[in-house]
Amino acid sequence: MLEGVMLGLETALTLQNLALVVAGCLIGTIIGMLPGLGPMAIIAIMIPIAISIGDPSSALILLAGVYYGAIFGGSTSSILINAPGVAGTVATAFDGYPMARQGKAGKALTIAAISSFSGGTIGVILLMGFAPALSSVALLFHSAEYFAMMVVGLSAIAAFAGSGKVVKALMMTVVGLMLATVGESALFNAPRFTMGLQDLQSGFSFVTLAMALFALPEALYLVLNPARGAAMGAGAAIKNLRVTRDELKKIAPVICRQSIQGFLIGVMPGAGATIASFLGYAVERNIAKGADQEEFGKGSIKGLAAPETANNAACTGSFVPLLTLGIPGSGTTAILLGALLSLNVNPGPRLMIDNPQVFWSVIISMYIGNVVLLILNLPLIPYIAKLLTIPRNYLIPFILFFTMIGAYIGQNNATELLILVGLGVCATILRFADYPLPPLLIGFILGGMMEDNFARAVNLTDGVSFMYERPMTLALLVFGLLLILLPAYRRRRARAS
Amino acid sequence: MALDKRIAVVFLVIALIYGYTAYTYPLLPFELYMVFLPNTMPMALSSLGILFSLIIILTPEKPADGGGEAPGASAIPRLHGAKAAQALGLIAAMVVYALALRPVGFLAATMLFLMGTGWILGERKPLIMILSAVLGAGIIWYLVQEALGIYLRPLPWFMS
Repeated sequence: MLEGVMLGLETALTLQNLALVVAGCLIGTIIGMLPGLGPMAIIAIMIPIAISIGDPSSALILLAGVYYGAIFGGSTSSILINAPGVAGTVATAFDGYPMARQGKAGKALTIAAISSFSGGTIGVILLMGFAPALSSVALLFHSAEYFAMMVVGLSAIAAFAGSGKVVKALMMTVVGLMLATVGESALFNAPRFTMGLQDLQSGFSFVTLAMALFALPEALYLVLNPARGAAMGAGAAIKNLRVTRDELKKIAPVICRQSIQGFLIGVMPGAGATIASFLGYAVERNIAKGADQEEFGKGSIKGLAAPETANNAACTGSFVPLLTLGIPGSGTTAILLGALLSLNVNPGPRLMIDNPQVFWSVIISMYIGNVVLLILNLPLIPYIAKLLTIPRNYLIPFILFFTMIGAYIGQNNATELLILVGLGVCATILRFADYPLPPLLIGFILGGMMEDNFARAVNLTDGVSFMYERPMTLALLVFGLLLILLPAYRRRRARAS
Repeated sequence: MALDKRIAVVFLVIALIYGYTAYTYPLLPFELYMVFLPNTMPMALSSLGILFSLIIILTPEKPADGGGEAPGASAIPRLHGAKAAQALGLIAAMVVYALALRPVGFLAATMLFLMGTGWILGERKPLIMILSAVLGAGIIWYLVQEALGIYLRPLPWFMS
């Protein structure tokens, strides 16, 4: 392994490759901040440039920089303006945005950068050590286990089922699951619930729904309640940049746990960063005790560190099936697979033997991408956070503009904007009535995958016997139910005592 | 009736319509022999939707027990006439922007949107408004169309 690491370092640490990774990180961070342009879209856009470089190692180094930059950029828009442009950063907004609202945007961005870096670093170490062994475990996961994993992911809704809101949170989850059934699914041949509208043929767009549920109501709330955003301005965001030693001590165990958990989830093809981030959030909230647990969703540093770490570790984990089996575990790795094939590199069991230089340079470049991102972004954070000090008469129009353009460029369809405004108004009314909105988005994101995997498992076993016949499925389902029921049980016990 | 209960009534109606649509979903001949049908999950979701909305409607209202707001939820602002008018003005501006984006072109529509929404919010410094709108629209158009290659028609329909 040491030989391979040296070979990778030798390839990655040339002046040209370092310049490429720096450029990639910068481009990724800037474009990633635009809602609607996630890592997948940005990498797809960058592929022609990467291929034109010619050398596979250099091309992959550029793409790795873009990848990590885009992930960090996505987290930035989640934290600063509550606009998660990709599903993997939705959980980041749960605590990141409340921190920004409290005038701690700089600190939130620093914690996000440290968590992402740590998740990526531990992920790369695990990737180097266990990639071949884990790839065979990943193949043991079938539809039944994937379905059970979605149930565990759904348990993140428990964090939003506050006192007296359990039924409301469940109702919102059901609405999210209902919205996920609109349009054509991968499993069934005909569209469902489209009401004859051509625009709904492919279902609701994630970006439109995320913007309508998070960013748009928030912008309207800032108008209706100017005091809400008061802490954001006047340099408050910058003053709180430093993370104290106590805070680091608090998030260190979260980072360790979520790096491993996120990586393992990322290894499973199809699971990916979204489930890892929701699951990471749900698990950490359940582990937290007393005041720490109450703080989740209101600006908890643990609540921010958990999804950010898990998200990045899962992204690294998704390279295991790609590099060792040639199976793309996520949309982004599918695009990277296309790039590798265009560069005449065939990922799979023989990659390590036939092309060790490429294998190790991918791994090392991922790590260098991580390091460069941290070095570049930490000094930039005060300036990024300063965006929030823009007067609200200019900030709100730009939030609305980014929200709308994010939905528009994803679909290139003006009807999408009208759907966005309609859903945004409904979401604002729901917030007035104290219905928690995150469960709706969680239900929507996981709904499609959940139905597909459940249907496959039911059709394969001719019933639901897989739920108790497959030990891994049973264990995951019990774990998921525990995560959903435990908070309610704890609350009841606390009330009784 | 409190707002959350009124919304629950709306959910109940939606769940009933959704359930009816799922129940009458036209299955393809080969689907009839499958264990899991395209309307299996929708019918289950409809039942859950009806159940949860009925629970919300029928549960007697009780004062908050001091548990505070749920994570992710937020305090309800007190509505003032002027602020509500501003919010309605912004919603109207977004609808107009959505309808005008294609015919008017990205640059002009975005500049007008940014200046218009700033004006609705009470900004009265025309020079800064124009400058920020021109810069904002120009930079994003250049980034999206020229750097990323995603087509956004910059000019009105009669000029391109």
